Amino acid sequence: MGIARLRPHQVHLPWKVAEMARPRPEPMQLVKQRRDAALTALVEGVPYIQFLNITFDRRGDELTGVLNFDDKLIGNPFLPAIHGGVTAAFLEVTAVITLSWEHMFPRIESGEIGADDILTDENIRFPKTIDFTVDYLRSGLPRDAYARAFINRSGRRYASVRVEAWQDNHAKLFAQGTGHFLMPQSPTSKA
Amino acid sequence: MVDKTVLARQFIEAIPHAKALGLDLTHIGEGEAEISMPYNEQLIGDPRTGVIHGGAVSAMLDTCCGAAVMSHPSAPGGTATIDLRIDYMRAATPGQSIRTRATCYHITRNVAFVRATATDDDGDRPVATASGAFTVEGR
Repeated sequence: MGIARLRPHQVHLPWKVAEMARPRPEPMQLVKQRRDAALTALVEGVPYIQFLNITFDRRGDELTGVLNFDDKLIGNPFLPAIHGGVTAAFLEVTAVITLSWEHMFPRIESGEIGADDILTDENIRFPKTIDFTVDYLRSGLPRDAYARAFINRSGRRYASVRVEAWQDNHAKLFAQGTGHFLMPQSPTSKA
Repeated sequence: MVDKTVLARQFIEAIPHAKALGLDLTHIGEGEAEISMPYNEQLIGDPRTGVIHGGAVSAMLDTCCGAAVMSHPSAPGGTATIDLRIDYMRAATPGQSIRTRATCYHITRNVAFVRATATDDDGDRPVATASGAFTVEGR
């Protein structure tokens, strides 16, 4: 349809048009390296996330939190089941990391924020939890758990985030949560 | 009568995660419980300030609420969290222990309603508060 409307001399050089419109895409390895380094800095810089052994899988900008099971996460040794507090913490960590990640993603992509900056730059701040509510749907089994956060709304000052967690079957959530967060204020704006 | 402090210690010792957090059940009985947690660098949420992660405070509050339910005279056995809401008022001061106090203020045959507060050395300004509903399990 579009081709038919082009004048003959344009049809011969479609790549020239594309080249002028946008720069050549970066090599995939470079993109992956930059994103993974930033995510690693974001997650591994927090001792408590290491304590619970929570890791993150990344597909593009989509994150999945993984709670790697360990006996020390048990809250009821008779069932046994994961501690309700661990479940709450896992949901909250997933919410904060996902919110921080989405908040920073454009600046990570532009190269404005590097992995080192995330660990050291005083101007890079993180969202603060205002409140968090957890719905316990079934007991957490003694095995790995997964969580994904969805940002309902992220404004200039506040954000609302929903998180769901599952184990073997994604359709059978064992917990879900909603939280509100205070977004970091940029140093230029008066706060 | 069995010593309550011995029972309290056994209760905490039996929960692997409570042990991992270093929780100390300082009071329990009549639907109330108090837990304290020493400052621990492994639980830091903000490495630049050394502030303890909110998740660790949540885990403490959840444990404390559960203990309060189990200690209620009308609770026959165990309990599980149905829902828990945490409000974070301020960051806990780095280096200080955190204390939580929970009260099971109403209980029915199936549900227990609990409120809890977390503080550091400044007991007048709460670090966080919690309110939740817990199951009441049969014998």
